[in-house]
Formats: sequence, structure tokens, C-alpha cells
Amino acid sequence: MQRTYEIMFIVRPDILDEDLDKLIAGLEANITSGGGSIKSMEKLGRRKLAYMVKKFNDGNYVLLTINADGSLVGEIERRLRVSEPVIKFISVRMDEEEKRVAKIKAIRATRKKLSAQPAATAPAPVEPTAAPAPATEAASA
Amino acid sequence: MADETSTPSAPSTSRPEGSGPGASGPGGRPPGGRPSGPGGGGRKFFRRKKVCKFCVEKIDAIHYRDVRLLQQFVAERGKIVPRRLTGVCTTHQRGLARAIKQARNIALLPFAARY
Repeated sequence: MQRTYEIMFIVRPDILDEDLDKLIAGLEANITSGGGSIKSMEKLGRRKLAYMVKKFNDGNYVLLTINADGSLVGEIERRLRVSEPVIKFISVRMDEEEKRVAKIKAIRATRKKLSAQPAATAPAPVEPTAAPAPATEAASA
Repeated sequence: MADETSTPSAPSTSRPEGSGPGASGPGGRPPGGRPSGPGGGGRKFFRRKKVCKFCVEKIDAIHYRDVRLLQQFVAERGKIVPRRLTGVCTTHQRGLARAIKQARNIALLPFAARY
């Protein structure tokens, strides 16, 4: 089952740009060959770290959003742990969160539509449309 | 023996003083959403009703990435501020705490700041 994950990792600051690109390309190849797909890759640039990690005070942040299996993410984590320039990483599962946000947005959209309709037609059907709205809220809640 | 008899009476005397909303049970903990009830000190007056920032602005997802948002709920020494001070509702406070802990792990927020 393909799930959405966000992997953020920090690369040591004294690495060259081309090495960083090579590292990221290697990871991406790993993902695609393992049956996953990359949704986005973002380089957040050099940032000051909140505390010292491996004697560094700042680092290069990279954010990868991928669709992959759980086992593939485990493999990626193993690679990150082993690779020398990467000093910290975190992988977070995002699909449940996205589902939840989409659901909230959908509920909000339907609620808006129900309240917009009686204003367009007539004040009479206000009550029957107000009644289903809390009912759907209660049903979905 | 003397300690046992004194300690139950002490909280019961301080609680009714501090509780603004009248329906406080034996535990004295007001339901969520009340204006920060008996906050350790026994305030007699209602504090103005604090609203949950996330509910008002309809922020759905609290990411560990937006450090600026998270920093508003972190104290000077890096501790997470309790929700009775910030007025955040329970579900959002839980999401917020989770995001702050994730941010700490990825060195976006400190575990303990300042000496």
C-alpha cells in the first residue's frame, strides 16, 4: 500500500553543492527503483541549528515528499543513518493527516454551500437546510 | 496523622476561592473552554475568554516545519507552554505538542534553551 511520507534530513554544512546533489540523486534513484515515487524535493538551504549536532552549528536542510511502502522508507532511513554527510533525519507519515485535512475542507465546503443556497432562493427553506447541516455534522463527528 | 487530616482540607478551602464557574466538582477542574479557571493562585475574577488561535484562524494542520508558528507556543527556555495560558483547545494542543516534539528532534527548536 502506497503511503505518503515526508523525510526531512540535515546534511553537514561543509559539503559541496555537487556532492549534495549526488547524494539526493542517489536517494531518489533508490526510491524509484524500490517502487516509490517522489512527489517533491525541496532544499530549504542552510539554517542555524537549535542545538549542536555532531559539533556543527548549522546545516543544510532537505525535504523529500514521497509515495512509498513502509519497507522502502525503512530502507531509506537505514541509508541515511549510514551515510556520512547526513547528520540528522526524521520521517513522518503524512497520508492520514492529508486525509483528515481534506475531510475538514470538504465538510466546510458543503456547509458553505448549504448556507449559500437559501440566501439565493428564499428565506423559507432556511430551517430545513439548517437542520440537515447539524445532522451531517453530528453524523460525521 | 496530622498531615493526613490537614492536606485534604487545604485544597478544598483553596478551590472554591479560585473557581470562577460555580459548578466545580471535588476535583475542582473546570471543563475546557472556560476562562482559565483556578490557575494556581485563586483568582476571584474571570479572566477574559481566551480563544483557541487555531480554531479561530481555521488552521487545519500544524506542521513541524513552520517554526514561527510553533515558537509562539514555546517559552523562553524552550518548554511547551500549557494550554491554560495560551487558550488553545485540547485537540490542537495535542497536535501542537506533537509538532513541537518533532521540530525538536530535527533541530528546528531547542530542547532546552538558555542557561
